[in-house]
Amino acid sequence: MTILAVLIGTLIFAVLAPILGCLLAGLDRKISARMQGRVGPPLLQPYYDVRKLIEKDDVAVNGTERVYIICALVFTLIAGGIFVSGGNLLMCIFVLTLGALFFILAAYCTSSPYAQVGASRETLQVMSYEPMVLFMAVAFFMAVQAILGMGSFDVRAVLYLDVPVITNIWLVFLGFLFVLTIKLRKSPFDLSYSHHAHQEIVKGVTTEMSGKTLAMVEVMHWCENVLFMLWVALFFVWGNPASIILALVVVAVVYFFEIWIDNNFARVKWQTMLTSAWVVALVAGGINIAFLAYL
Amino acid sequence: MSYATKSPWVIHYDGSSCNGCDIEVLAALCPGYDVERFGIINTGNPKHADIFLVTGSINEQNISVVQEIYNQMVEPKVVIACGICACSAGIFHDCYNVIGGVDKAIPVDVYAPGCAVRPEAIIDAVVQGLAILDEKSKALKAQKKGA
Repeated sequence: MTILAVLIGTLIFAVLAPILGCLLAGLDRKISARMQGRVGPPLLQPYYDVRKLIEKDDVAVNGTERVYIICALVFTLIAGGIFVSGGNLLMCIFVLTLGALFFILAAYCTSSPYAQVGASRETLQVMSYEPMVLFMAVAFFMAVQAILGMGSFDVRAVLYLDVPVITNIWLVFLGFLFVLTIKLRKSPFDLSYSHHAHQEIVKGVTTEMSGKTLAMVEVMHWCENVLFMLWVALFFVWGNPASIILALVVVAVVYFFEIWIDNNFARVKWQTMLTSAWVVALVAGGINIAFLAYL
Repeated sequence: MSYATKSPWVIHYDGSSCNGCDIEVLAALCPGYDVERFGIINTGNPKHADIFLVTGSINEQNISVVQEIYNQMVEPKVVIACGICACSAGIFHDCYNVIGGVDKAIPVDVYAPGCAVRPEAIIDAVVQGLAILDEKSKALKAQKKGA
């Protein structure tokens, strides 16, 4: 039953997330351009990019690369499916991390120094955001316990709440917003792979990827971004159906905020990223969880 | 119309340019001309690029570099020589170390002369390059179907 639900959820996610993610990416580029005083590309530009990449010739330094990228994309879709079907939030996080690890392997499997440095930095990024993301899952469990009287990692539990979990774990939400910048690959934390032109390591993780492989990476990022926005929405949904509108508004504000950060801050060194993310995780996550535990 | 013409990604290489043309290439990306309106992005990666913009002439030192970048680019691809030095080596044509224009190293599709080449001329050249990119893209598709 659960497997069937996840399967159906994955199918729904696999159809809807690329569409929404593509529009989100287009909107992102449009708003970024406006912030820089430019007109910017058409809304569907990310779609044109991917279609073009599919049309390109097939070239690969190492054929295994595409297998890893397919795995990364599939696990990202399954993670989305787990969330959409109302499944376990912790499992959703772990499966998504597995996808991230396949992405790192894909970069490591070519001998390009740029891809290797990119992969090392991507590993550091995973190390940076993972503690806070895990704290988020634990805090979600405890917040549900505080409101409902019975703890649950299940996403569908929010539908039975009288108040959204944000009322109990707003500090964790702020901490999550901090690592969200890393997860969305926005400046100042776009160390491994920047969407903007010219980086000191060429294109980092994706340096050796081209054509259909790169197209799959783009689609994977769209799906990831949609899933992260769903995580943000999770904080604001409760039993009342009207809360979904509130969640959508919050998601829009959060994404706009991330674009604003992206356009206003210069890239930091990995040491700054790692220490700041861990300090935020310990302070925001630790204090909030301790407060819930000893309330 | 293939999608190649809707999202041409550009790689820019400075052969031995005096930087006059380089600045104009980058000026085309700035708010004044904003070529991202047409989906044009400046990538630093030959494997992601569709259009190769070369500024400056070809000499003994950089000929292998230009050929390497060209070979790393994935088909379909277009080469644009930006500025008179890239077209024919310009005033440097009889220097002891200068071989000539970019066409001495790799096949060039569009020539954009000027010293320095104007951003308008670069945009014009890229638009002409897009028509060639479209043809090449269709040829590649036909070849794939035949194979």
